[in-house]
Amino acid sequence: MADVRAHAADSREDDAHPPELRHHFANLPAQREASTLAMWMFLVTEVLFFGGMFTAYVVYRSTYRRAFEGASNLLDLTLGTVNTAVLICSSLTMALAVWASGAGKKKATILFLIGTILLGGVFLGIKAVEYTQKFQHHEVPGPHFVVPLDERTHQPLPRQSEMFFSLYFCMTGLHAAHMIIGVGLLTWLIVKAKNDAFSPRYNTPVDLVGLYWHFVDVIWIFLFPLLYLLGRHTL
Amino acid sequence: MSHGASTSGTPKAYFGVFAALMALTGLTVWASFLHLGVWNTPVALAIAVTKGLLVALIFMHLRHSPRLTFFVAISAILWLAFLILITTSDYVTRPWLPIYGS
Amino acid sequence: MSATPERPERRVNYLNAAYGVRSWLLTTDHKRIALLYLIGVTFFFALGGIAAALIRVELLTPAGDVFQAETYNKLFTTHGVMMVFFFMIPGIPGVLGNFLIPLMIGAKDVAFPRLNLLSWYLYIIGALMAFWAVVHGGVDTGWTFYTPYSTVYSNGWVVVTAVGIFIAGFSSILTGLNFLVTIHTMRAPGMTWMRMPLFCWGMYATGIIQILGTPVIAITLLLVAAERLFHLGIFDPAQGGDPVLFQHLFWFYSHPAVYIMILPAMAVISELVTAFSRKPIFGYKFIAASSVAIAVLSFLVWGHHMFVSGQSVYAGIVFSILSFMVAIPSAIKVFNWTATLYKGSVSYQTPLLYALGFIGLFTFGGLTGLMLATLGLDIHVHDTYFIVAHFHYIMVGGTIMAYLGGLHFWWPKISGRIYPEYWSRVSAWVIFVGFNLTFFPQFIVGYLGMPRRYHQYPEEFQVLNVMSTAGASILGIGYVIPLVYFIWSMRYGAYAADNPWGATGLEWETPSPPPTENFPETPTVSGRPYDYLTARDREAAIG
Repeated sequence: MADVRAHAADSREDDAHPPELRHHFANLPAQREASTLAMWMFLVTEVLFFGGMFTAYVVYRSTYRRAFEGASNLLDLTLGTVNTAVLICSSLTMALAVWASGAGKKKATILFLIGTILLGGVFLGIKAVEYTQKFQHHEVPGPHFVVPLDERTHQPLPRQSEMFFSLYFCMTGLHAAHMIIGVGLLTWLIVKAKNDAFSPRYNTPVDLVGLYWHFVDVIWIFLFPLLYLLGRHTL
Repeated sequence: MSHGASTSGTPKAYFGVFAALMALTGLTVWASFLHLGVWNTPVALAIAVTKGLLVALIFMHLRHSPRLTFFVAISAILWLAFLILITTSDYVTRPWLPIYGS
Repeated sequence: MSATPERPERRVNYLNAAYGVRSWLLTTDHKRIALLYLIGVTFFFALGGIAAALIRVELLTPAGDVFQAETYNKLFTTHGVMMVFFFMIPGIPGVLGNFLIPLMIGAKDVAFPRLNLLSWYLYIIGALMAFWAVVHGGVDTGWTFYTPYSTVYSNGWVVVTAVGIFIAGFSSILTGLNFLVTIHTMRAPGMTWMRMPLFCWGMYATGIIQILGTPVIAITLLLVAAERLFHLGIFDPAQGGDPVLFQHLFWFYSHPAVYIMILPAMAVISELVTAFSRKPIFGYKFIAASSVAIAVLSFLVWGHHMFVSGQSVYAGIVFSILSFMVAIPSAIKVFNWTATLYKGSVSYQTPLLYALGFIGLFTFGGLTGLMLATLGLDIHVHDTYFIVAHFHYIMVGGTIMAYLGGLHFWWPKISGRIYPEYWSRVSAWVIFVGFNLTFFPQFIVGYLGMPRRYHQYPEEFQVLNVMSTAGASILGIGYVIPLVYFIWSMRYGAYAADNPWGATGLEWETPSPPPTENFPETPTVSGRPYDYLTARDREAAIG
């Protein structure tokens, strides 16, 4: 890895032992490179983690097509679309927070981080509303599940609509758990930013949390059409 | 810009991607109501993949990242493809061999 | 080869750099973390071994007269879970990988030392959760947790065990991630990929599998827990679920997992074979490439565990062909190791005894694996003791032998002491004899039709089962002896020189035991790896 050792030649005397540098790394660029690589590898594990449920979704959707299409139409399209837009906005604010932290703009960094948290909170709030509606309509799988009626025909859906809701809750639930963790990480970043931890020389934590947050957004980008849109063409 | 900070994109690029993502969201919702037969799903997935690529390449800086990062990201997609495609190939090929007595 | 020092000065090394429980439980030194893993895996190996002993006691007689069926089911589940998730998978990576990788590449530590410590804590927490489940009644589903039995009908502590494995899975992921990043970014100047020890190549390939495979079993176990807790029915046919889908998701990880168990072992063997032949290893590039090839191909063969599950026959054919192909890189390694030994200046010390045992037993076990990859034959022997014997030949005759060989080889570096050579050879032979007596009869009895996971069997199988239990007793003794003399050596063993074997590698260019920072200054590497004199050079030197 010639580029790593090249960085060592560039570092100046006052950069030789910056407080953020961990002792086993040669210099900050090497540390940043390693940390970024590590975060990407972690995101790979997350892709496979969600991937197991995507596999289950593919298998069951092809087996129970009508049930899945009918059940999907019972999801609130407006709330789902709004949530998608909210997450996209939060990705924008996150990207801007990373940019601001790397440009040394402390106030902007904190503002963008707060914005991201607020948008994340809106997403989670809307999800809570959706979950509550499901609970009230007995669409939660398990002993209290009641087979819902088709949106269009008002006939009972096939029994396997329960499978759709199982996957819906598992997939969006795991996604929401990741958002909650993300909000926690963002809060930690705000505290660090307030303590002047970030500068043009060092904003790796913001960068890495940004990668995580964008990844969670990408998961939703796929969840939204697969869960909310697959049956709309039957209406 | 010093070596320490990330090679971020510009806010202009981010706003551009943001607009594209919003437009594509509207597009996918609109397209889901069209009667495209078997093409509804591929269209929706194509739009989702496009949105995902925009987020990965621009927001996640994959466009400016070292080649190793790119390969790491590709490996995730490739292995997910292994998982989904090979599993579904089991289900798809089951009727190909008539089971004696069924 | 330097002479053993009589009484070295009291040098500061990683073992005496700090004292006290806190200095160990809060350490970020990869070498100390390796020893923490050593203690952990030894403990859980012992637990799994006790379960195995009880199984073998039951199988002394054809009748199920020692344990009830459900208890017996809990025994083999405990044995499998403990051994697979809390010994084999963390074993060589956690102990030897952690200790050696930074030393071998000339680094001060791994890329993320605090994450490394977290990995150990996650391992211990997960293992203790599973242990808690065992103590409070256990699980009877088999380590494979097949649904819907595990999700609907089993009365054991399925959720607790599943969560324990889930947590330990994170340990595995973080360890793999740490090793991958360390090898990518922290090699010393001059250490190109092609100069890196093959042990590191093997650990790198293992890391690839850990990253890509473990998350799938993680989500699968979570879904099992969710189904059990919330009655979701994802894998329950009564609610439209598919048990075969569970098997797909489970084996997508669990097949590559067996390569997590064997690749580090092969990595050790590459080091042992070259050091004790005093020759550069034959086919360095092929061995390195075969490690990566195994890592990739291992993900494409999982359906060979499902030939009789109702899986499509066409999928079965493809999985069968791919399973044959995945044997090729392993065979390449065996050929290369053999070629390394050929015309080498071979020294039959204990580590090499284990390496030779590995090569023989792994080859044998691997060939039976080809038998199992054959669709028709597998249908006959599926869920019999033939399968049990096959994987024990690989995992015990293979991995555990390599683990012991590696422990012996690097023990002087790890502890600064020499183990007693006589007792180490005795135990190596006891283990070899005990192992074969335990597991070879199982091939026969399995082929004749004795099913696995049954606490009783037809009378005609008793003789072979008695032989197997006798072998297991001998094997158990063989494992206790090194435990005793390794501990003994830490107090009474002769002091070790920096390089008691005269082997190549950066780890031998630092004192035994190493200082905390490994090297006083970052070494620079030039020249080939395994730069022993070739036979021709030796002859020329002698004249």
